[in-house]
Amino acid sequence: MELNARIPDHPIDRMWERHRFDMKLVNPANKRRYQVIVVGTGLAGGAAAATMGELGYQVKAFTFHDSPRRAHSIAAQGGINAAKNYQGDGDSVYRLFYDTVKGGDFRSREANVYRLAELSLNIIDQAVAQGVPFAREYGGLLANRSFGGAQVSRTFYARGQTGQQLLLGAYQALERQVQAGTVQMNVRSEMLDVIVVDGRARGIVTRDLVTGRIEAHMADAVVLGTGGYSNAFFLSTNAMGCNVTATWRAHRRGAGFANPCFTQIHPTCIPQSGEYQGKLTLMSESLRNDGRIWVPKEPGDTRAAAAIPDSERDYYLERLYPSFGNLTPRDIASRRAKEMVDSGHGVGPMRNGVYLDFRDAIQRLGKAAVAERYGNLFQMYEKITGEDPYDVPMRIYPAPHYTMGGLWVDYDLMTTVPGLFAIGEANFSDHGANRLGASALMQGLADGYFIIPLTIGNYLADAPKMDVGVDHPAARDAVREVTDTQERLLAVKGNRTVDSFHQELGRILWDHCGMARTEAGLREALQKIPELRERFWKEVLVPGSGATLNQSLEKAGRVADFLEFAEVMCWDALTRDESCGAHYRVEHTTEEGEAKRDDENFAHGAVWEFKGVGEEPVRHREPLHFEHVPLSQRSYK
Amino acid sequence: MNLTLHVWRQAGPDDAGAFETYRAEDISDSMSFLDMLDLVNEDLTRKGKEPIAFEHDCREGICGSCGMMINGVAHGPERLITACQLHMRSFKDGDEIWIEPFRATAFPVMRDLVVDRNSFDRVIQAGGYISVRTGSAQDANATPIPKRDADRAFDAAACIGCGACVAACPNASAMLFTAAKVAHLSYLPQGQAERLERALGMASQHDAEGFGNCTNHGACQEACPKGISVDYIARLNRDVLKGTLNKAVGTPD
Ligand SMILES: Cc1cc2nc3c(=O)[nH]c(=O)nc-3n(C[C@H](O)[C@H](O)[C@H](O)COP(=O)(O)OP(=O)(O)OC[C@H]3O[C@@H](n4cnc5c(N)ncnc54)[C@H](O)[C@@H]3O)c2cc1C
Ligand code: SF4
Ligand code: FES
Repeated sequence: MELNARIPDHPIDRMWERHRFDMKLVNPANKRRYQVIVVGTGLAGGAAAATMGELGYQVKAFTFHDSPRRAHSIAAQGGINAAKNYQGDGDSVYRLFYDTVKGGDFRSREANVYRLAELSLNIIDQAVAQGVPFAREYGGLLANRSFGGAQVSRTFYARGQTGQQLLLGAYQALERQVQAGTVQMNVRSEMLDVIVVDGRARGIVTRDLVTGRIEAHMADAVVLGTGGYSNAFFLSTNAMGCNVTATWRAHRRGAGFANPCFTQIHPTCIPQSGEYQGKLTLMSESLRNDGRIWVPKEPGDTRAAAAIPDSERDYYLERLYPSFGNLTPRDIASRRAKEMVDSGHGVGPMRNGVYLDFRDAIQRLGKAAVAERYGNLFQMYEKITGEDPYDVPMRIYPAPHYTMGGLWVDYDLMTTVPGLFAIGEANFSDHGANRLGASALMQGLADGYFIIPLTIGNYLADAPKMDVGVDHPAARDAVREVTDTQERLLAVKGNRTVDSFHQELGRILWDHCGMARTEAGLREALQKIPELRERFWKEVLVPGSGATLNQSLEKAGRVADFLEFAEVMCWDALTRDESCGAHYRVEHTTEEGEAKRDDENFAHGAVWEFKGVGEEPVRHREPLHFEHVPLSQRSYK
Repeated sequence: MNLTLHVWRQAGPDDAGAFETYRAEDISDSMSFLDMLDLVNEDLTRKGKEPIAFEHDCREGICGSCGMMINGVAHGPERLITACQLHMRSFKDGDEIWIEPFRATAFPVMRDLVVDRNSFDRVIQAGGYISVRTGSAQDANATPIPKRDADRAFDAAACIGCGACVAACPNASAMLFTAAKVAHLSYLPQGQAERLERALGMASQHDAEGFGNCTNHGACQEACPKGISVDYIARLNRDVLKGTLNKAVGTPD
């Protein structure tokens, strides 16, 4: 597998501009002769499909949802970063670039991150022009807030529904192109394979989720904007449908998968309330601005929160990190919460949470001011738990939330398979080993609106124009494989539900490849996962047929892929014998108990090559160079 | 608690469909309504039966997937929430619960509780956007927008496209959905250029999809999980009227 990031040879601050000049263009009259497939119509895919349609390409877009407006992006709450410096507080493209590289704990590619910071400016312009109703000040200008511990206020937001409003903007732009006839929208259509002809991506295989029809679609290039894989853990904050199938299938066809073990665990989620639960709910991180996190000093203390005097409470983040306190970065806040619960300090009926307490904020600011800031979040919490956070402290616990890992891409966002591109959370992206809050929306939209529509032309202008139809042997083989897999799933007729396997896999990953990882634990997981996969294929029960809308069958296919993917996640965590960002190897800690990087041996992206199910994959490296942001140890003391 | 569920089962669009009765046992207060359905489905699956098909994704009231009628009410008994946000503490031991799909000509049933709501996408295609090409935007702060207008635009933009308004309406009208989008864009300066065209296009697509007329029942607003106000419908009607007049007599220069 050849890893050439194709970083243009220009100074970083002029690189994207010069690259745009250097790239080959497809002339306007020719664009409509090119067909581009976009899989996924969330923020990244929706923006890409709309913009490529505007440019004149023939776009075929696919989503398993019933409408692009349902994509998981809709759920993002907190906001989107951009280096507009509208607050005049010293922000700049360079600062956003710097913060992102450092926040990612030096495991991302400087060139890409710089471009991301630059494009952040255009995203806000674009969104406002589309009618995205961002929060505004009384004078009518856009409002900002500081988010996730950033030292400047660069986060734009639309109440707690930033993702929704941005997605609706992209969705509307997309529907406009559907009306204009440049985009053909295929809903309830799940991609199950990539078709590769002569080493180039030339199409996909989909299943129509209503009729069950499995068919091939051909194109000159394929773009995947299919989101992240947090649901490998079963319980996560992601929407129930999020899955790894598209990227995993691409990986099996030759696309390198980078840093799969970089998974972010978000510190402020509502703890699980029972075994039956299928999904966890995120509470916005902004709550940490005013809430204080604590646990009872005495393990096993079952008194009500109000009955525990201050002297018997441990405000552990304030104690351990006096200068950042409750605003320490996500990975640290999460890990510390886990330690507290593991050592018996957990609170709530299942002793599986820590308190996030607004008592002092209410005393200081008054109930009305707290309600103004967090009213809707408090309401949401009360609806779910039945407890009123004005009276009883909230209970929170970390949960899988975002995946920095994904398909490896070069500067043009192309995977190791020519003609196959990955954008948004689906690629291994710009976040290194840890993503900063409000940066995923930014990256998805930068990829979708501003990068892929141009870089795809650079590829197409050079690619040989081939007439490959759905009857090409490669297409027919792929269709047959997908059909076979589906028939095998239906034929097992065992006695265990798909969910029960997914749950079991989730538990293995959470225990061994979650917030704290050890060599022994990872080796154990690498033994258990193939065993579980084997049992899955012997015991799973998928009722119904393949010729109708069959949600059990859809789930079964996704879980089957998670069961293969989970192994490479553990291989990656095992072989990255250091701690960095969200990847915390217990063996590698500083004296203060923080993640200890090993830049000498691990300042690289790990890119995995598929060698067959159950076979040990091959690890390649993309060395990373830090010319602008000097390597340094994060410190939040 | 133990409950009796009467659930609409329909194998496909052409099937007649009928209610089937299931027991939901050992249900705890803290479960969500959809957790409860998951449990019933696990049980059905283990018995080799096909589970109840229903749509859901975010499970936090924002994606708009999970619409269903619960005891005859869109999204169930509590106001201002979606079905996925409903928790079992709203029910008590021994309750009987009737669960049905949203019903409307423009929302054909595909299977069990799953309906086809693509008519909504086509209403948006008919003008529910601002025509701005990527990259052609001016600086985001070039046009200040009074906070009041931005807030109003937001209130209208909060619609999640769930279709509860249609299901609740005796005429199966989607005027609340359509008006919310028209209002969102019409409160903003960027939305003015296409304002009347948009209202006309979307309203006529609304009718073409087979949604009924609005006769001011207000059931839509009652059912709407996002509290979208019926006042937007009056605003839409004004814009449609203005647009129609302009077309009839020509716009004065
Ligand atoms: C609760 C929550 C809150 C968040 N808040 C923030 C925030 O405040 N700020 C921020 O920056 N980020 C936030 N994030 C992260 C951010 O929302 C996501 O990373 C981002 O929206 C991902 O966008 P995407 O377009 O890459 O993928 P998605 O939005 O997940 O879209 C994926 C698309 O691919 C389709 N798809 C997937 N697989 C297939 C297949 N096999 N076949 C066909 N279609 C397929 C889906 O139908 C969908 O259309 C949050 C995440 C969560 C979970
Ligand atoms: S107006 Fe309300 S009820 Fe109707 S689709 Fe929108 S959110 Fe749902
Ligand atoms: S599942 Fe998304 S709104 Fe209910």
